[in-house]
Amino acid sequence: MIDFLPPALILLFGALLIGLTRGTLRTFVVLAAPLLTLAAIWQVPDGISLSTQFLQYPIELIEGSPVRRLFATIFALMAFGGGLYAFRQAKWYELAAAYAYAAGAIGVSFAGDLITLFLFWELMALFSTVVVWCGGTPGARAAGIRYAIMHLLGGVILKVGIEGVMVHTGSIEVRPMLADTFDHWMILIGILINAAAPPVSAWLSDAYPRSSPTGSVFLSAFTTKTAVLALILLFPGEPVLIGIGLFMVMYGIIYALLENDIRRILAFSIVNQVGFMVCAIGIGSQMAINGAAAHAFAHIIYKALLFMSAGAVVYRTGKNRCSDVGGLFRTMPLTAVCGIIGALAISGFPLTSGFTTKTMISQAAADQSLVWVYFLLAAASAGVFLHAGIKFPWFVFFQRDSGLRPKDAPWNMAVAMVFFAFLCILFGVAPQLLYAYLPYPVEYEPYTASKVIFYLQLLLFSGLAFFLLLPLMKRTETISLDWDWLWRVFLLRSARWVHAALTGLGLVLGSNLARLGTRLGKRGRHYFGSRSESGRQVHGVFARAWPIGTTALWIAVLLTAYVFFYYIT
Amino acid sequence: MSPGKDDAWLARPSTIRLLWWVFALVLVVSVLLQFVFKVKGYFGVDGWLGFGAAFGFLCCLAMVLFAKVLGWFLKRNEDYYQEPDRD
Repeated sequence: MIDFLPPALILLFGALLIGLTRGTLRTFVVLAAPLLTLAAIWQVPDGISLSTQFLQYPIELIEGSPVRRLFATIFALMAFGGGLYAFRQAKWYELAAAYAYAAGAIGVSFAGDLITLFLFWELMALFSTVVVWCGGTPGARAAGIRYAIMHLLGGVILKVGIEGVMVHTGSIEVRPMLADTFDHWMILIGILINAAAPPVSAWLSDAYPRSSPTGSVFLSAFTTKTAVLALILLFPGEPVLIGIGLFMVMYGIIYALLENDIRRILAFSIVNQVGFMVCAIGIGSQMAINGAAAHAFAHIIYKALLFMSAGAVVYRTGKNRCSDVGGLFRTMPLTAVCGIIGALAISGFPLTSGFTTKTMISQAAADQSLVWVYFLLAAASAGVFLHAGIKFPWFVFFQRDSGLRPKDAPWNMAVAMVFFAFLCILFGVAPQLLYAYLPYPVEYEPYTASKVIFYLQLLLFSGLAFFLLLPLMKRTETISLDWDWLWRVFLLRSARWVHAALTGLGLVLGSNLARLGTRLGKRGRHYFGSRSESGRQVHGVFARAWPIGTTALWIAVLLTAYVFFYYIT
Repeated sequence: MSPGKDDAWLARPSTIRLLWWVFALVLVVSVLLQFVFKVKGYFGVDGWLGFGAAFGFLCCLAMVLFAKVLGWFLKRNEDYYQEPDRD
């Protein structure tokens, strides 16, 4: 028996209550449910504490461990911050869906077996789709459908892998594995789809920017980071992840540089940041796993902060594109300052949370003598500053004067932003607060002169590069083709082409078949006979009466041939 | 609205000139700091004077140029997918 409620259940119940309550009571539920969940999360002891039986499989609904608690904590904290940010602006059903979505993420965090993991995984897919749809525009509806298809497909692939593991090993425990069998590959691919790994990363940049200003704050946190946790639990040290992670890192930077939509820039930078974590999980050392977990924790906070800042701009101006805004620092100073703090944190500036976590991953790469990985990650750090650290605040809050004079963020949005901005700096100034809760003991000092000077130079000169290269980064009102072009355009065109070809073929064959039929019918009647219109039987060739002499002649010919062949063989 | 004397402090040309000078100073100091504190690189080369600066600058240059070239092939009009987008 357990003496605490399952954390996911509390938040799920909270989501239900949001729909049933009104006014102040609903506000209370929105703010209290994540805090209660947080309290429950810290009651979860190490090891399995809630299990049951399904068919003949042991279901371990709650399994505690430091890394699981760490992720559940940040998910609950995120639900709280998001709820605070959204409760006055978002529709009640968006809040309810977002909380159920967060409950799914917390459920995955504590899932001790693959069946539980899968159930909560699908819960997330369902309710995150609802959050995307809450964008309310036709574009959001279409993107939501594409989002749902991708995640349901990912779920099916994950399920194939899980069932394979069940059949072949008999165990459904969540335990470390390598991508060495078909089953494990299926599980890995299913998880990587949620991590927005190539080539299916487009669902993220497609769907997130189309959700509501409040919805994108929730969306930025849960799906990809649950996938990171799943990778930490299931595939630590899987070498293929290093390459995938590095690709994601570079992909995020390049696409963000090309992008014009404010929130899509941030969406691409999620892929970039998750790439750092995936790469670290691939390295797999204790330092690397610590780095991945810490970076996920810090990332959720500063990425949510960036989306909050962008969301406040979209909410106040109704504009989504960099080319439509600019100079907003004049009337939205708080939003600008919070956005800049988030931008500095994501860039890993010293004294922000990004610095104390991202450098752990670089340290892990250096410890393992992965020279290329180390330098690519360093290059990527410079690139992060370029695409998110400066580009986002510059184009939104400075750049030119767009003439827009919107009011600053509403008070609840402002409080949520200040809270998260505070956390960004807190974990940058006092990283021990976070290090104490990492999966492995931490013997790492981020603030050495070498590291600080190296990163300061790297980032400051990236900033110089940004301002010198500004003419090359002129915003264009365009989108960039991604892998999803393959199924949104190529596959559609192929299907149309095949359809047209088959239709043409059908027409040609149809007319020819008719002609063939007529001819065959005529020949048939000629040989087999038919009934004339007056009902008189007309004999065909086969029904003709042959003279007996003809038959005798043919028999003689056959016999001669037989005798002839008999003698020559 | 063109940035003039009556505009916000941050948008005035004089402020922007000042910020450039401050920025340049910070850049120089960040490199000169290496004379005071020795930067121990992991792989030798990253301990050189101004390595972080040069590496950061060149990487950004490379990434921006690469993105620019890729943009010629990948950029499309916003209504490319012919969707009922952008309310």
